[in-house]
Amino acid sequence: MPRYLLSTHSADGQIREPMTDEQMAKAWEPIRALEAEMKSAGAWVFSGRLHDADTATVVRESGGEVVTTDGPFVEAKEHLAGFYIIEAADLDAALGWASKVTRTISAPIEVWPFADTAGD
Amino acid sequence: MRIVDDALIGRIFREESGRSVATLIRIFGDIDLAEDAVQEAFAIALRKWPIEGLPPNPGGWITTTARNRAIDHLRREVRGRELRLQVIEGAEETSGVEAGPMQDDRLRLIFTCCHPALSSEAQVALTLRLLGGLTTAEVARAFLVAGPTMAKRIVRAKHKIKAAHIPYRVPSEAELPERLRPVLAVLYLTYNAGTRGPAGDGLRQEAIRLARAIASLMPDEAEVAGLLALLLLTESRWAARFTADGSLVLLRDQDRAVWDRTLIHEGQAIVRACLRRNRPGPYQIQAAINAVHSDATSIEATDWSQVLALYDQLLVISPTPVVALNRAIALGEVRGPHAALALLDDLDLDDYHLFHAARADFLRRLGRPDDAARAYARAAALATSDAERAFLLSRMGMTPSAS
Repeated sequence: MPRYLLSTHSADGQIREPMTDEQMAKAWEPIRALEAEMKSAGAWVFSGRLHDADTATVVRESGGEVVTTDGPFVEAKEHLAGFYIIEAADLDAALGWASKVTRTISAPIEVWPFADTAGD
Repeated sequence: MRIVDDALIGRIFREESGRSVATLIRIFGDIDLAEDAVQEAFAIALRKWPIEGLPPNPGGWITTTARNRAIDHLRREVRGRELRLQVIEGAEETSGVEAGPMQDDRLRLIFTCCHPALSSEAQVALTLRLLGGLTTAEVARAFLVAGPTMAKRIVRAKHKIKAAHIPYRVPSEAELPERLRPVLAVLYLTYNAGTRGPAGDGLRQEAIRLARAIASLMPDEAEVAGLLALLLLTESRWAARFTADGSLVLLRDQDRAVWDRTLIHEGQAIVRACLRRNRPGPYQIQAAINAVHSDATSIEATDWSQVLALYDQLLVISPTPVVALNRAIALGEVRGPHAALALLDDLDLDDYHLFHAARADFLRRLGRPDDAARAYARAAALATSDAERAFLLSRMGMTPSAS
């Protein structure tokens, strides 16, 4: 079955009002419910939320040596903030899940097909 | 006996290739394979038919021949790979495809071509290429794009369909309103592309042919019928729209005897059916406006209050500046140029040539020739076709004391 990456991005330096534990729990409720729905439908493969871009580290090969540097590799105003990897019958099914995610987290979702899906 | 020449076979290709390509995509699940096989089948037809005569069902012959070519290709290509063999066996059971429900395949294909995950440029290009049987060069010419750019656009869109698994099926009832919108927009765009440039006749006919096919496949969709009626009624006036030297003729000055009565009757019958159904939408209302014009023997005899009422309704559904402009023009006929001009002042359409053309006309009727001439000049500078420019410049020249 085709696999898709559903990703969301956050803008650099986007300062959010700090949330109380109670607010946090409330905000997570619908997201947890959606993930449960994905799992029971057999669509969920993996998911994760990332720390801010200034916590990222880059390693790259340069002149035969591997160099480690600070910061994300791509200089951009927006960075990957979280993602789902799902299995879906076709793009329409994947877009159906993406619609539910965007409604839940109120942020745009990019839908990327995986290139190495078995049976392709 | 009918002479089978290249022109006749070319015409058959235009009419039948979309159906064959759609059927082969369903059987083989591969757009490129389907396209190549149908091309080959037509190459064979070009050799055989002039000698042997037309087969009884040319479209069915093309589909069957193309299917056999595709099976040959797969055999040669993979030799023994089980997965492919299953496809081949499945395909071989589909002999006699020409008798099957092929029309559904074309419907599937247009929803794939017009999937919202593809850019609107790609949607139009793919539809004309796969369903309309146009070559990439022809599609490029129709949209004033360089050939290699268009080729890249089509290749990229086909790759996305495959890579992202854009489905090959008619959307469910719940999805239909959203998914039908780009399909209708593509047909409308195709028709409009056919109103300029030398290849126009073919594009307009193609748009009407596809609209007809979709209307017959989706008889419950009122907006599909509305679009078909709009295209038919617009097309009915085509012969009256230009002078011998190619300049534009306004609706008010057209020779209504030249209008195509057959197209008018067909379009009006569809509009009446839409009215009975009473599920109005933008295409149906535009068709109804055109139907009112088609009824009138002259511009003066036109039921302008009916036209204005329809524009009022259209403006509620699609409140765009262009609709507001057309409503103002209708209002000018009912309540005079002064009221209409006041409405135009509120519209943000400074880059649109027809806005300035309408202003110019109202200014002329209000006895302000210098202002009118300036507005005609601005309209001519913004015009998108030579015929329109020629018309607007001639209008400017007719305005007395223009300086």
